[in-house]
Amino acid sequence: MTVLDVRSLTKGFTMHHLGTQMGAFDDISFSLNAGEFLLLKGRNGAGKSTLLRTLYRSYLSQSGEVLFHSQHGVIDLARAADVDVTYLRRTEIGFVTQFLTARPRVSAEALVAEPLRLAGQTAEVALEQARHWLGAFGVKQELWAAYPTTFSGGEQQKVNLARTLILPQKLLLLDEPTASLDVAARAALVKRLAELKAQGTAMIGVFHHPGDVAELIDREIDLTPDAKPKEDREDVAI
Amino acid sequence: MMDAPKIVTTRPLLIARNVSKAYGDVQALSDVSATVYPGEVLGIVGESGSGKSTFLRSLNLEETPDTGSYTLDLPDVQGNLFDLDRYARRMLCATKIGIVYQNPHLGLLMKHSSSGNVAERLLVAGERRFSVLRDKARDALDASEFPLERMDAPPIELSGGMQQRVQLAKAIALEPALLLLDEPTTGLDVSVQALVLDTLKKLQQERKITMVIVSHDLGVIRTLSDRVMVMRRGKVVEQGLADQVFQDPQHAYTQQLVHAKL
Repeated sequence: MTVLDVRSLTKGFTMHHLGTQMGAFDDISFSLNAGEFLLLKGRNGAGKSTLLRTLYRSYLSQSGEVLFHSQHGVIDLARAADVDVTYLRRTEIGFVTQFLTARPRVSAEALVAEPLRLAGQTAEVALEQARHWLGAFGVKQELWAAYPTTFSGGEQQKVNLARTLILPQKLLLLDEPTASLDVAARAALVKRLAELKAQGTAMIGVFHHPGDVAELIDREIDLTPDAKPKEDREDVAI
Repeated sequence: MMDAPKIVTTRPLLIARNVSKAYGDVQALSDVSATVYPGEVLGIVGESGSGKSTFLRSLNLEETPDTGSYTLDLPDVQGNLFDLDRYARRMLCATKIGIVYQNPHLGLLMKHSSSGNVAERLLVAGERRFSVLRDKARDALDASEFPLERMDAPPIELSGGMQQRVQLAKAIALEPALLLLDEPTTGLDVSVQALVLDTLKKLQQERKITMVIVSHDLGVIRTLSDRVMVMRRGKVVEQGLADQVFQDPQHAYTQQLVHAKL
C-alpha cells in the first residue's frame, strides 16, 4: 500500500541579500509503502534534511509533486492548502528533529502529552501515556514536571522523541534523531521505531550513523550529486 | 498559489478581501486579504507602520476601510460587516469578537473593579442578573489565570501582566468566535510574557478559539500561530504556514526580518 509518491521534486533557495540562488536537490522521485523504512544518504549539504523539510512543507518546493495517500484520499503536499497540511501534521504525518521546541513554562510531561490531548484523548490518559514514554526513553522521573529549557541536550532530545513518537502516524520523517542520545535511549528509540514500523508507519530518515537503525532499513537513496548516474539507480524512478 | 482545502471541509470563519485604507496621503492598507478557519491562529508580523494594527482594528470594526469586504461565518451575521451601522457594529463586537490591546488603557476602565470591567461586557450583551454576572466574570478571570482574590481591585492597582489578564477575561467572557490580539505581550517582562503566552496557548487548545494576533515579536508569533502573514507598507508580502515562513521565507523582506531576529 503506497503512502507517499514523490515525483520530480526540485528545491532551491533564493538568497535575496546575496542576489544568488542555490540548488538543494533536483528531480527526486521515489515512492514509499506502508511499513517501509527509507534511508537518505549523502555528504553534508547534499540536501537530506532539506528533502525531509520539503516533504513536511516547512520548505516550499520549486516544482514536482509530493503525493501523500492520506485517510482522506491522495493529496499533493507541495500544493495543499495550509489548513490541510496543519491537519495532516496533527493526525498522520510526524517529524522528529534533533531539537526540542520547548515552550516557556511548560513542563516536560505536558509537552509530551500535548499531541494526544490535541488528538482528543482525555487529559488523564494523555498524561499517563506521556509519563510512560518519558520513562521508556530514560528521562529521570524527577524531571517530568520540570521545564525542559534547562535540560541537557540529551535529556531534551528524549523529551522530543517521547513527544513526537507518542502518537502513531502514517508517515514519519526522522532528521538525525539519534544525534545526542546515549546507548540506552538509542535502543529505546530503535525499539519504538520497530514497533511503529510493524504497525505500518512508513519512515524516511537521515542518520549520521545508519548503523543505529541498520535492522530497520529497507531501502536507501543517495542524494550526493553525481553519486551514481540516475539511470543506473534502481531506487530512483525516472 | 496553493490549492483550495480538500480535507478540511469547514468553511472559513473570517474572510477579508482587498481591504484598503488611506489616511490622507498615507496608504495604510492596500488590498489586504486574509482567510481564517475556525480554531486557527493567524499571526501578523511586520515593522512599525506596516499596517498590521490598522488591519486588526478594521477586523474589530473600529476602522472603516475605503474599500474591501469582511465577512464572518456566524449565525445571524450576514453581508459585508464594513457596511454595518454603528449600533450593529457595537453589538457584534461586544458579543462575537474579543480584543486585547497592547495598551490596557484602551481596553479597560482603569478605576472600575476588574470584575466590573469583565461584567460590563456581559451587561452590553443583555445579562442583568447580578449573580450570573459575577459568576461569569469570575469564570472568565479564572480562565485567564487571574488571581481571583484580586478580582475586585481596579486595574490601575494591578501590574501590567495582570491588566492584560483582565483584558483577556473581558475579551473571552462571552466566548467570542474571534479573538483579536494587538501586541498582547509587548511591554511585559519576559517571565510575565511567558505566562500570558501559556494562557493564550491553553485557551487556543482547550476552547479552540480562533485568533488573529499582531506582534512585532517573531518568537511570540511563532509560538502561537498556525499561519503567518507578513506585512510591509500596507501590503501583504508573504503568507504561509508559520514554520515555512520562518524557515524558508520567500520574499526578500521576510528574509531580512527573519535574519534580524536574535
